[in-house]
Amino acid sequence: MRKGVMRPGHIQLRVMDMDEAVIHYRDRLGLIETDRDDSGRVYLKGWTELDAFSVVLRPADEPGMDFMGFKVVSTEAMNQLKQELVDFGCPVEVIPAGELNQCGERVRFEAPTGHMFELYADKEQTGKWGVQPNNPDAWPEELKGMRAQRFDHCLLYGDDLDGALDLFVNVLGFQLSEEVVDTESGVRVAQFISCSMKAHDLAWVRHPEKNKFHHASFYLETWGDVLRAADLISMHDMSLDIGPTRHGLTHGQTIYFFDPSGNRSEVFCGGDYTYPDHPVVTWDADKLGKAIFYHDRVLNERFLSVLT
Amino acid sequence: MDQATKYKVKDRETGEYFECSQEQSLLVAMERTHPGLIKVGCRGGGCGTCKIRVLEGDYITKVMSKAQVSEQEKQLGYVLACRAYPRSDLLFELAVQEQ
Repeated sequence: MRKGVMRPGHIQLRVMDMDEAVIHYRDRLGLIETDRDDSGRVYLKGWTELDAFSVVLRPADEPGMDFMGFKVVSTEAMNQLKQELVDFGCPVEVIPAGELNQCGERVRFEAPTGHMFELYADKEQTGKWGVQPNNPDAWPEELKGMRAQRFDHCLLYGDDLDGALDLFVNVLGFQLSEEVVDTESGVRVAQFISCSMKAHDLAWVRHPEKNKFHHASFYLETWGDVLRAADLISMHDMSLDIGPTRHGLTHGQTIYFFDPSGNRSEVFCGGDYTYPDHPVVTWDADKLGKAIFYHDRVLNERFLSVLT
Repeated sequence: MDQATKYKVKDRETGEYFECSQEQSLLVAMERTHPGLIKVGCRGGGCGTCKIRVLEGDYITKVMSKAQVSEQEKQLGYVLACRAYPRSDLLFELAVQEQ
């Protein structure tokens, strides 16, 4: 049952060299740089996103994800969910409005996998970048690089997947859309959850360490755009992980690569959709190769072990 | 030394080596000429997959994740091969256990 959580709204990533990171996210992925703040953070967004920013880069001496934020429909919904998070037993902290430029109060909580998440209801809505709100044209001509449309989802690695699923489904109103299950033990080794019609807004893979980051994903319009992204990765000698290929899970068409601090990026297009009455799509763990890389049907070890 | 000079980068355990210019990271040179000798991860100094310990020789490093290589380890010659550039012939050993 949906409880007012609308969509992934932002992610704050740690980077070790800001100039190199901005080249990656702004000039290669094609995000729009929208702001910088006194603590050295850089704010960006995909051009189709209405809110002021969706990606925040923070200078740090190790890479990884600080937190991922979800936008909720109203302050009332946010406060209701805050109480339910406390009742669930999550560590919860209120971050005051303005700590991120143009963003209202945020409710930050720690999931059982050790990852930090946030809920917020208010962020300045500056509109799509480069097109008018009335009689809008199809796209702005000034876009750079891969022309990423929006920040779409994250894949995280952590230990207590069952606790995280309980929290996100029963407290926050997400739905389990797809899963990978070990048929012998019954253990769920990966879970894809949605608060929308998308096949996933957030996913986890089971892993012994807490709070590990696998990738942040950005949406492209077509398979041609994914191939064009692959061309740009070669043109600029960027660190390729794998692709272009298709996933079995969610069936998206994809390519993976790394930012200059080692955080993995994905750009993808297509993929399945989900409604609240749809049954969970299950992949057997012994088909994990095909589930992740539908064409090769073999898992590259890097996909499972290289994390920040 | 001019930029085209190739240094010899040798694995202590196997005696295998590859050549690397001072403009190339050890990891990129390894991937192009002797793939498999060092495991490849993010190539950005973040994940720790390509951690090695340099036993002999000079090199410079670019920024590496503090979570993967501490200051103390750095003093002992531990580096991420993706962030290390040779300034002489090098002798190294792998620092990541095979899984």
